[in-house]
Amino acid sequence: MRRYLDPLVQLLAPVVLVLAVGVGSTLFSSSNEIYVLNALVSVAIVVAIYVFVGNSGVLSFGQISFVAVGAFTAGVMTIPLESKAGVLPQLFPLLGEHTVGNVASLVLGAGAGGVFALIVGLPLMRLSGLAAGIATFAVLEVTHNILREWTKIGPGATTLSLVPETTDSLQATIGALLVVTAAFVYQRSRFGRRLRASREDPAAARGVGVDVHRERLWAFVVSGALAGFGGGLLVHLLGSITTEQVYLELTFLTLAMLVIGGLTSLWGAVVGALAVSGLHSFLVEAEQGVDVGVSLDLPQGTRLIFLGGIMALVLIVRPSGLTGGREFRLIR
Amino acid sequence: MTAAILGSVDAQTLADAVGLGAVYALMAVGIGLVFGVLRLVNFAYGQLIMAGAYTLAFTTHWPVVWSIVACFVVVVALSLVMDRALFRPLRGASPAVMLVATFAIAFMLQAIAQLVDIRDNTIGEIATSIAPLNRPTTVLGVEVRKITIVAVLVTAVVLALLALLLMRTTIGLHMRAAATDFRTARLLGVRANSVIAFAVLLSGLLAAIVSVMLTVQFPFVTPDFALRDTIVVLVGVVVGGIDRLWTATLGGFAIGFTTGVINGALPTEQTVFLPSAVFALVILVLLIRPAGLFAGGRTTVERV
Repeated sequence: MRRYLDPLVQLLAPVVLVLAVGVGSTLFSSSNEIYVLNALVSVAIVVAIYVFVGNSGVLSFGQISFVAVGAFTAGVMTIPLESKAGVLPQLFPLLGEHTVGNVASLVLGAGAGGVFALIVGLPLMRLSGLAAGIATFAVLEVTHNILREWTKIGPGATTLSLVPETTDSLQATIGALLVVTAAFVYQRSRFGRRLRASREDPAAARGVGVDVHRERLWAFVVSGALAGFGGGLLVHLLGSITTEQVYLELTFLTLAMLVIGGLTSLWGAVVGALAVSGLHSFLVEAEQGVDVGVSLDLPQGTRLIFLGGIMALVLIVRPSGLTGGREFRLIR
Repeated sequence: MTAAILGSVDAQTLADAVGLGAVYALMAVGIGLVFGVLRLVNFAYGQLIMAGAYTLAFTTHWPVVWSIVACFVVVVALSLVMDRALFRPLRGASPAVMLVATFAIAFMLQAIAQLVDIRDNTIGEIATSIAPLNRPTTVLGVEVRKITIVAVLVTAVVLALLALLLMRTTIGLHMRAAATDFRTARLLGVRANSVIAFAVLLSGLLAAIVSVMLTVQFPFVTPDFALRDTIVVLVGVVVGGIDRLWTATLGGFAIGFTTGVINGALPTEQTVFLPSAVFALVILVLLIRPAGLFAGGRTTVERV
């Protein structure tokens, strides 16, 4: 019985949590909806990062590159044709003369992220440790630089605007659930298990015939595709985006969410994304003055101080994250 | 493109590049010392330098010597507090956790700086008292900024002193032992807390020196002061080889020198894709020599 119950619970726990947040947003006042949407998109992006970083144990600062590629693909491809030539005059004809629907743009974003991850991952997945961290960071820099300067594929240094804002609470919830489910299926598959074995003991995993390079590449591509999908959700949430919004700050924040939740479990990725997003939203409100039993009114500009301080404190108290890096279980 | 770069490099550009390389080398030592004993990549190192720069800006009407003393006191105190409050409780945690914890602290310090800075309703403060060092002087017929000479001399002296300290004193021996194998070193009587505190102290002193030298060159201090430099130095340190102090230092110098030459030699409209080229080169070097450019050919694959 446990054999079927445990995996079911492991999938259901994050699904129920995401559903609760998504449905909760429609029940509460609409003023909080934007926070909920942000949190759900964060879940998608953090879980995408988890698929590679969590399962392989290799730290990557490059996954936001795939979010960026997905976001700009989905964004550029959904700007209405009649305004496209006006806002993005230098686009390649293939991009400039076609526009696709919302769902198709998310699929395109995922595809672009996955293909880009495959190209990058082929050479890079041979690296481990700090070398891998710095090399993936270099990928982020190159991606940012090209997106920022090459106006034939996007808006360059200006803001990409007029993107249809289609990520509502229904889409955000379904999107986050899709990513969580894909991550779960991957980590239960033989690919995921081989990669997790190599995370625990690379030498032993090699010894039983695991091709670590290939398994990491698989995870990198799945992670890249999911990140591209998350980028699509993000751009359709914001409606306008610059390259700076999918760069260093998002990289640090999403990695912090993952580590605070618990690096090595899907449950941890979901919990971390929701906890940090929730804390941030709460602090934004607290700066305006909020009533939680007692009246709480933080001075302007202090929210980032509290956010950084609380994140550091959580790591000091629980170095392995809020969930301890374990999947959710009913019976301990 | 190489020819274009080489063609327009003059002696002044080279001097500036050596100056930048010297400053980055000191930052690399500061990051490498702490990594050696704690296996921790301190991402918040740039915020130590930023705190020093703000101290210089806020005390700019003081006598220069006292202003610099204040900078040293603030930076060293902050780095010791960081060790006590953050590094010590996290000792033995996984590298990812320690790194993210230093992100969080960097984030927090930057937000604090923003809050302190914004009191006069403008962002950024100017440190003028030490700016005269940025003026040029003529050495052997070449116009060189005074700070470049100071930076090179200070770096040479500091590195020499550090080498003496590490090779000739007991605490230096302990630090080298701890960097090689912390557990064995402790078993043999090396005191973990004092070795780590000493490494952090040295690293703080270096950060203070760097804040003075960077503030001379960039007197306009903002909350993200030295953030970009820290990232570049971190890249340089890993590319050079973070496992040993001298390869890390060399990596820091190399990336500073390269940045200086390229920035000085190329007109800005030609450099839009330059970051891509530089980081592609970083990736290439890491693929060929994952342990570091200067780290020798040894690879340590665990054998069962």
